Amino acid sequence: MNETLLRTEELTVVFGGLVALSGLDLEIRRGEIVGLIGPNGAGKTTAFNAITGVIQPSSGKVLLGEDDITARPAPKIAAKGIARTFQQIRLYDDLTVIENVMVAGHSSVRYTVFEAVMGLGRFTSDEKRISDYAEYLLDLMGLSDVIAAKASALPYGRQRKLEIARALALHPTVLLLDEPVAGMNPKETKGFADLLRRLHSELNLTIGLIDHDMGFVMNVCDKIKVIDHGIPIAWGTSEEIRADQKVIAAYLGTAA
Amino acid sequence: MDLAFVLQQLIFGVTLGCLYSLIAIGYTMVYGVIRLINFAHGDLLMVAAYIGFFGIVIFHLPWPVVFGISILLTGVLGILIDRGAYKPLRNSPRISALITAIGVSFLLENLGIVIIGGRPKSFPRPALFEGDLRFDQLILPYLSLWILGITAVLLILVLLVIHRTQVGMAMRALSRDFETVRLMGVDVDRVISFTFVLGSSLAAVGGIFWCMKYPAVEPFMGVIPGLKAFVAAVLGGIGSVSGAALGGLLLGLAEVLIVAIQPEWSGYRDAVAFTILIAVLLTRPTGIMGEELPK
Amino acid sequence: MRVVQAVTGSYRAHVTRDRILTAAAVGLLLAFLWYADRTFSAYSIRILNTVAIFSIVAVTYNLINGVTGQFSLGPNAFIAVGSYTSALLTLSPQEKVGSFIIDPLIWPLSVISVSFPVSLIAAGVAAGLVAFLMSVPVFRTRGDYLAIVTLGFGEVMQVITNNAVSVTNGPLGLKGLYPYTTLWWSWGLCIFTVICTVRLVNSSYGRAMKAVREDETAAEAMGIDAFWTKTLAFTFSAFFAGVGGGLLAHLITTISPSLFTFFLTFNLLIIIVVGGLGSTTGALIGAILFAWGGEALRVVEEPFTLFGRDFPGVPGMRMVIFSAILILMMIFARSGIMSRREFSWQAAIDLGSALLARIRRTG
Repeated sequence: MNETLLRTEELTVVFGGLVALSGLDLEIRRGEIVGLIGPNGAGKTTAFNAITGVIQPSSGKVLLGEDDITARPAPKIAAKGIARTFQQIRLYDDLTVIENVMVAGHSSVRYTVFEAVMGLGRFTSDEKRISDYAEYLLDLMGLSDVIAAKASALPYGRQRKLEIARALALHPTVLLLDEPVAGMNPKETKGFADLLRRLHSELNLTIGLIDHDMGFVMNVCDKIKVIDHGIPIAWGTSEEIRADQKVIAAYLGTAA
Repeated sequence: MDLAFVLQQLIFGVTLGCLYSLIAIGYTMVYGVIRLINFAHGDLLMVAAYIGFFGIVIFHLPWPVVFGISILLTGVLGILIDRGAYKPLRNSPRISALITAIGVSFLLENLGIVIIGGRPKSFPRPALFEGDLRFDQLILPYLSLWILGITAVLLILVLLVIHRTQVGMAMRALSRDFETVRLMGVDVDRVISFTFVLGSSLAAVGGIFWCMKYPAVEPFMGVIPGLKAFVAAVLGGIGSVSGAALGGLLLGLAEVLIVAIQPEWSGYRDAVAFTILIAVLLTRPTGIMGEELPK
Repeated sequence: MRVVQAVTGSYRAHVTRDRILTAAAVGLLLAFLWYADRTFSAYSIRILNTVAIFSIVAVTYNLINGVTGQFSLGPNAFIAVGSYTSALLTLSPQEKVGSFIIDPLIWPLSVISVSFPVSLIAAGVAAGLVAFLMSVPVFRTRGDYLAIVTLGFGEVMQVITNNAVSVTNGPLGLKGLYPYTTLWWSWGLCIFTVICTVRLVNSSYGRAMKAVREDETAAEAMGIDAFWTKTLAFTFSAFFAGVGGGLLAHLITTISPSLFTFFLTFNLLIIIVVGGLGSTTGALIGAILFAWGGEALRVVEEPFTLFGRDFPGVPGMRMVIFSAILILMMIFARSGIMSRREFSWQAAIDLGSALLARIRRTG
């Protein structure tokens, strides 16, 4: 039962004259944690953006299961089951922590505007379902004590966790994390790695992640894809990547 | 429809277009530098017209003096508005600045009512601008020649300032990347003030000539021309001075020609500008000569 | 569920208590209106009606501008559509013939005549429909440009009402409307509007609107269709602006294009900004302050005597003061009175207890 959930074929993104991403073949199987790494500017976030519909790929395909979701609008891709976090935290600053998470439940809402306004029908039950699940997720992420605080009031590390809780509220098939431990110290990073593993097993997640912290990536990822200047250069387990000459050269520069 | 008729309409259209251009240039410069749609810009037209009116009718000063004072005072008013109302909001969300600009606009208009009264006054046209040339059936008013000439001269002047002076370079740099320029030690406030003076002075010239063409002066006279001048700036590409001039010309021509071809649409004349605006923003938001629209 | 007690109490904590308090408050309001209807002067009743109508429009204008963050400057267009639709539908065919002296009114409007409530629904639907159709072009723009485009639509509507003589009777306007708008209609609909709006804002749709306001890209990545969210807010807002327009028409009994200029939008803008952009409570407070303040300031425009000295009235001074207030608010108190906070019974009770405690301490 290790089907491929998310796959890209020759995914390419060209901005003006600049090739940001060239021919990326990425494969994430059910239950895996796959890392996407590379030196700065390698095109990792571009890849995530192209997969999730934030930008349009210039060529290539993105497949979710059997579905071709290439270049679909972002809300549709989210509805199909890919949730993501952002490199620079993009929370709804003025909303409370729990509202941030509940918003992600909007696409699963089954009541109409009329029912909302009249307070009828599935309004009460859906609201309860969404808020219950939001509370559950926040509890998992250790954010229950700040449930009513404004998102902007949270310290950095907790904001990152909130972003993940929000993404999880989409009941995603695949969760894409963009630099989840950026700005964290080693202790926080280790704590986060443990949290990620717990989430992974408790929620049966399939995860793709980008990060620069090699220790963290090698630690949590089953497989790693390396790209440099938009071009994929390696693919394998963390041991294989650690020993790969091309990868070492890419990170250290050709002067090595 | 014969040639004479078309030429006649072209004359009217170009004249009107020049007036729009003068006002549009100020709009576009301010937007380019501080990304603000200065709603009050059109009302500066009105202020200049009133100063002109008072100078000539009440104080009986010679009109060149009055024009000069009017342009000067309007320029100063531009700076005061920026320093007083817009500068405190330099780092605020753009919508706040827009709301403030709307407030300033209404303030000026209603101060006009309070100080001078809502009844239109008649603007006296100096003899130099009266009269016209006649070719067969074609009427070419001297005023049109003046307007066209002065607009051309001022346009060239502004372009020279923007492309050949230090402050002009600073203006262009600010419109590209505000934060970096600020960090490089440029006295941003002075550059912005200069932009306002320049833009407001042009609006003043536009206002005075507007009054000579349409001699009624009243507190709300700047509203619609101001909005149309903004449309002209967007049409030409917001941020581009030559674009604003081009946009103004095109808008003036469009307005006149559409009504000339379909006289029964004359009541909808003002809607022409807004229809063009909507069409431009939907199809080519950067305008004819413009760059990327900021988000 | 104990965690939820801390959440803003819109949907769970103390639901029954809040419902009883709200019902009591509404009951008090209705009692007050009954009293006012019997005893107040026509002038005061007119003010109360105006407050209600402005509230209806302001509360929903706040929905698109403040809650969804899409800055529209064209509500005057929707109020106009509602006003004219409602007026044209309640006038009898004979009255229409009498009014439309330049160009006869087009069919079928010339023969239709309906009751007031039906005309209000039609007013709302018409305005909502216009907004819905406008959504596609309008929401291709953002920020300042959205503001200008909506302003443009407002101006176009002005031009249309002035020129489409066979529909609107042009500058002559429509006179002789029957004053159907009573305190019961205006305040009844106001209460209805507030309830609908609050419920909408507190639902997932409202959260989606706020998300679009806070970060549209993130919202889309979380599955929210920003376009439909904006369109919902826009159409909802226009619907109630239309209804407000219908009420307005049948309050002042004469409408003409000059009633629906940008000036009207400006007034609404002041209301929601002073009240607090994003707060329904704020919009209500703003409407009350505006109507009351407007009347109070009217003093300044008529000649008045202060400390035994005669001051001449200065027409236009009211608007100068309002404009100055708006500018000062934007510079010093951008969030308005309520900021984005809403009234809640819990907050009121907390405030009351705190005040009582302080009084007891010092007393």
